[in-house]
Amino acid sequence: MTTNAVRSGGVNARDRRRAEPSGVKFGRLSRKTLVNILIGVILVVEIYPLFWILASSFKTQNQFANEPLWSLPTSLNFQNYVDAWNTAQLGQDAINSITVTVISMVAILILGTAAAFALEVMVWKGRGSILLFIVGGLMVPIQLILLPLFSIYFQLGLTNSLAPLIITYIGQGLPLTVFLMATYFRSVPRELFEACTLDGGSIYRCFISVGLPLVRNGIFTMSLLLFFSIWNDLIVALTFNSSQSLSTIQVGLLNFNGEYGATLYGPLFAAISIVVFATLIVYMLINQQVMKGLTAGSVKG
Amino acid sequence: MKYVLGNKRAIAVFLGPALLVYVAVIIVPVVWSFVYSFFSGSPAAGFKYVGGVNFARLFTDPTVGSSLLFTIKYAVVILVLQIVVGYALALLYVFVLRKLSTFIRTLVFFPVVLPTVAVSLLFSRMFAISPQDGPINSVLNLVGIHSVDWFSTGNNAFWVIIAMDLWRSAGFYAVLLYAGLVDIPEEIIESARLDGASGPKLIRHIVLPMSMPILIASIIFGLNADLKVFDSILALNNGGPGTATTPLNLYMFQTSFLYSDYGYGSTIAIVITVLCLAATLLVFRSSRRDLSKES
Repeated sequence: MTTNAVRSGGVNARDRRRAEPSGVKFGRLSRKTLVNILIGVILVVEIYPLFWILASSFKTQNQFANEPLWSLPTSLNFQNYVDAWNTAQLGQDAINSITVTVISMVAILILGTAAAFALEVMVWKGRGSILLFIVGGLMVPIQLILLPLFSIYFQLGLTNSLAPLIITYIGQGLPLTVFLMATYFRSVPRELFEACTLDGGSIYRCFISVGLPLVRNGIFTMSLLLFFSIWNDLIVALTFNSSQSLSTIQVGLLNFNGEYGATLYGPLFAAISIVVFATLIVYMLINQQVMKGLTAGSVKG
Repeated sequence: MKYVLGNKRAIAVFLGPALLVYVAVIIVPVVWSFVYSFFSGSPAAGFKYVGGVNFARLFTDPTVGSSLLFTIKYAVVILVLQIVVGYALALLYVFVLRKLSTFIRTLVFFPVVLPTVAVSLLFSRMFAISPQDGPINSVLNLVGIHSVDWFSTGNNAFWVIIAMDLWRSAGFYAVLLYAGLVDIPEEIIESARLDGASGPKLIRHIVLPMSMPILIASIIFGLNADLKVFDSILALNNGGPGTATTPLNLYMFQTSFLYSDYGYGSTIAIVITVLCLAATLLVFRSSRRDLSKES
């Protein structure tokens, strides 16, 4: 209720400026109720599944069989978590996922931003066709390149490492990154780069100290997109997965469901809970960082 | 000045590495894949040249037809829902919740970051009927409806997949479109309000046209992602029952790795590529026309 009061207080000044026809009061009130119901629905839809998975992860096999579904676990039974951690090797999977995601992301951002700079800011013949050539990669679905890549990695003897994943992600991430970063560079006034070169800066210096800060929003957007697509990828990780010690979280969870999930409900729910809530904690930490970064940027600008 | 911005060596340094990786990881395998489509076999069993047999098989294989149909049906339904729900949420953030939208925005975005397999396992248990009813069936029981075996028919499974992928991705489209709406200058909306536009009228004549570019971008991005659906269905029900909810992608994966037929797998992959290409061109061309009409 207090938040509502605050909200309408903040809006009032603006609303008062437009002429309000009579009879709006009733509309306002029902609108407020409608909004509250809507928010309630959103909360339930978003939170209940997560709550359910957490509650279920503490239940014993006996409770699954004999008690109604919405009964809460009687005690905090961590045995499921111990079982899940030991049989599913989630720790190793998490390390693999983080390694692959971070290395691929950094490589894509560096290569992609530099390429976009060369294609959009620098002036040379044929840059348009090269840009089109790279952006055309957006049309290539991963399925089309999966089988040949498998043969290549096999012949190069790379299959027993995380390298196939990292190399594939880099190649796959480049088209979108180049396309998006080129768009961001296009929106920067050309005069800024011309001024930089007139001031005697080398092209590398103009890229690092003029170009990069101006497109940092683009880099930020791109890193979010890349993070989610790589972290949540299954098809590449599954194709090039050669042993359990090289599984990412997604593959590990899939195998765990196939091997134990049908019988061991508790540990399966515990495994899902670990993955879900660990990801959420990471996300919340990043999210805070994001908000800070954005506010700092806007104050400076 | 032009000389510095046209520095050949710098261009090579900036562009070279990306171009090299791109050609090696994308272009070479694409060409290779087309070659594969004229062969049958796998790296382990060896390859045999079969000419156009794989392409002819596309037209006689009933699973190709059904999975192509499923892929298109899935992509159209989920895309419409993603854009409509995403846009509605974005409007809610910008015009109703305003400064207080951060919490809801973050919450609705949560499922986006969750690994797809975890979400699929969660939904398969939510809609479960055995060994115990999941929450969905329990709620149905409460209002007097018998438990539904959600994964026993293709149609039921289809709607579970739609519900799951919408839950998973709506927050993403909401934030994407929200970013577009926030960029609309406050003065334009303010002056439209002074001119008497409000509510649906304001949205239709001012907000919607102003957010057209980001909408088109979302549609193209979404369409390409939706036509390539794979992870969520593989982990949810593996395309069952039978092949009723098998998208082309999953069929290609099974053909290649389960039945070790790289040649036919590559041929199906080409179908997927052509499909994505055609869809993107369609959206691109119609959006071009729209944009030029407005300007």
